[in-house]
Amino acid sequence: MLDLTWLIPALPLAGFLVLVALGRRLGEPLAGWLATAAVGGSFVASVVVFLGLVGEPEESRAFSQVLFEWVPAGGFTVDVGFLADPLSLTMCLFITGIATLIHLYAIGYMHGDPRFSKFFLYLNLFVFSMLMLVLGDNLLITFLGWEGVGACSYFLISFWHESDANASAGKKAFVTNRIGDWGYMVAMFLTFTALGSITYADIIEGAGGLATSTATAITLLLLVGATGKSAQIPLFVWLPDAMAGPTPVSALIHAATMVTSGVYLLTRMSPVIAASSDWVTMVIAVVGALTALVAATIAVGQHDIKKVLAYSTISQLGYMFLAIGSGAYVAAIFHMVTHAFFKALMFLGSGSVIHGLGDEQDMRRMGALRKLLPITAITYLVGWLAIAGVPPFSGFWSKDEILLFAWEKSPVLWAIGLVTALLTAFYMSRQVFLTFFGTPRWDRPLVDAAPELARERGLVPAGAGDDGEVDDADGDEAGSPTVHNVYESGHLPHGVGPKDEIHPHESPWTMTAPLVVLAGLALVGGAIQLPFTDSTKRLEHWLLPVVEAGEHHLTSSTATKWALAAVAIVAGIAGIVGAAALYLRRRYEDQPATPPILLRGWYYDSSISTFMGGPGRKAFDAVAWFDRTVVDGAVNGVATLVRVGGGGLRRTQTGFVRAYAGFLTAGAIFVVFVMILRGALL
Amino acid sequence: MLAANAVSPGWYLALAALLFAVGAVGVMVRRNPLVMFMCVELMLNAVNLTFVTFARDLDDVGGQVIVFFVLVVAAAEVVVGLGIIVSILRRRPLATADDASLLRG
Repeated sequence: MLDLTWLIPALPLAGFLVLVALGRRLGEPLAGWLATAAVGGSFVASVVVFLGLVGEPEESRAFSQVLFEWVPAGGFTVDVGFLADPLSLTMCLFITGIATLIHLYAIGYMHGDPRFSKFFLYLNLFVFSMLMLVLGDNLLITFLGWEGVGACSYFLISFWHESDANASAGKKAFVTNRIGDWGYMVAMFLTFTALGSITYADIIEGAGGLATSTATAITLLLLVGATGKSAQIPLFVWLPDAMAGPTPVSALIHAATMVTSGVYLLTRMSPVIAASSDWVTMVIAVVGALTALVAATIAVGQHDIKKVLAYSTISQLGYMFLAIGSGAYVAAIFHMVTHAFFKALMFLGSGSVIHGLGDEQDMRRMGALRKLLPITAITYLVGWLAIAGVPPFSGFWSKDEILLFAWEKSPVLWAIGLVTALLTAFYMSRQVFLTFFGTPRWDRPLVDAAPELARERGLVPAGAGDDGEVDDADGDEAGSPTVHNVYESGHLPHGVGPKDEIHPHESPWTMTAPLVVLAGLALVGGAIQLPFTDSTKRLEHWLLPVVEAGEHHLTSSTATKWALAAVAIVAGIAGIVGAAALYLRRRYEDQPATPPILLRGWYYDSSISTFMGGPGRKAFDAVAWFDRTVVDGAVNGVATLVRVGGGGLRRTQTGFVRAYAGFLTAGAIFVVFVMILRGALL
Repeated sequence: MLAANAVSPGWYLALAALLFAVGAVGVMVRRNPLVMFMCVELMLNAVNLTFVTFARDLDDVGGQVIVFFVLVVAAAEVVVGLGIIVSILRRRPLATADDASLLRG
């Protein structure tokens, strides 16, 4: 059964190829179903391989399948090979499983899009790249997938590239990731120099013999790569912007797959981390904890329903880095799995809301949607309780485990994690209350409901009537307040035409069915790793052989564990209660205004823009000048030297036979002279 | 073996060097291609003389054999060279070798 490993990435690749050839002819919805079937088949293959792996004895649960030798270059060879072990199979199962649901959802969500089949083509290619990333048995195959998901994310984020915002968001994601990729590449070179191989099996074997300084350098460079892909400080700026892409993309890339690859990479390389200096794990933990906290504070201030989720994703990924830094690899993977469940659920839920409201993404114009979108609302509530850390929802178990490990690493890290947990519960509750509870606001004129939003969208009330309403060119025939098309200002995030009225409605079954399945998973997902007895820690037993080298073993007493869990629950509930007091009980108009510093994300992004536009631009200009004058000058100088020298030598070619004879003779005399001289000296 | 009163190889070599130098100077200074050709022949014969000298001095027939090779190659070279000179003469009155300088760089 293990021989089927190659089938896991092959099926999405086949789907991609078929869609390239026939996508347009298949059209909607057949192209979507084909893509869904390809990924679904991949999921089935993953399950089959998983069952095969479970059947093996524990010590031989690492199956390597080499398809062919890819790069043979002297002493350096790279095989296209797959490694099926507990870690890669865990990743494969949830990637293909959730990707199948998201594909299904996208059939409904992308309905009516003129480039329907192309979207699924990219999605399949993305899933293929992600599976290469996790299944590769060496760093280069993983890097192939690593770059593949980067390229696909660029295609997918800027899928609606007619809009400037979407196109530049895709570019931003790509460029930011390239900075991280530099770290990955140098780490790969360094690994090869140190170990003579980049195959994981050799790395695991040889990591113990690495010099501490080498292992430290490799780990830090890998961390740079991981901060890029997993949107950690300082490279997290691309992820919130990436929300410009279609919502299924947000769910796939930013909840379940690409952003987790940094965590996967560090887990895979855990033997090297274990061999590096002690302070390195502290660096990883601090990066994670700070990212978690900062992103959570920004999420509190966002108005865009997807931006809240985006910052929440960054924050949750911070938890995973905190876990890795604390030596809790199993907990990191555990949280990755549960997070994939509930965050994919919420992204898809927000997509359902956006879909139902005719592409409205601003929470200031939502409210009271729970009756109109019942399935979306109920499933969303499950996701909310899961991320808020309410037992027994899945998020509670994984977050609690990470906090426990953080406590043993350093109480300060634990405190940051706890504050983040409180903030998480707070901002998610705020989002849920603003979206699904309170007063309906989608049918209110934009200028009334959210004046600054109206300004942002270019609807300055220049022609506002007596009632403060925007008068558009058509005028109000009935004189009743209507919602004006807010997308006429060139802000067209979705390929759908203008709407005069908004009628919130529940989404079709292709969209709600994945929500229901994911809600079920978000509810019971914690069951794979329950902390009560040794036998309930299934994930730990399953993963431990892979991460043994770096895994920290808990020493806290049971009483401490219970106390920490109780504190975490209290923090979660405090966050929910606080949000309820501020956003649920009051009328919308009385609710506290968002602090601008949080709305603008601590001005981090704009500072980078300012810096890059000012001193950064000057620096780049200087580098470009250096390149043009010094580097190009050296290259062109050599060319000029050769040209001028050649021109000079050309004059000796007179065409006179007697002159040539003279040169020959002179040369011969010179040679004889030299020989005589040498003979005399020797 | 050489007799005691025989001419020593040094004299032969000196003569060969002199002939070679005359030939070389002739190639460089004379303008008539036919004379230049004869000078080349002179240089070749100077070389032949050194071969013969060393062959006798070392009592090795190899040098004599090389001379025959040189003669064959020289004959072939003269045929080709004369052919070129004749074909140039057909196209233009060739007074001196310096008139044919089309191959200058």
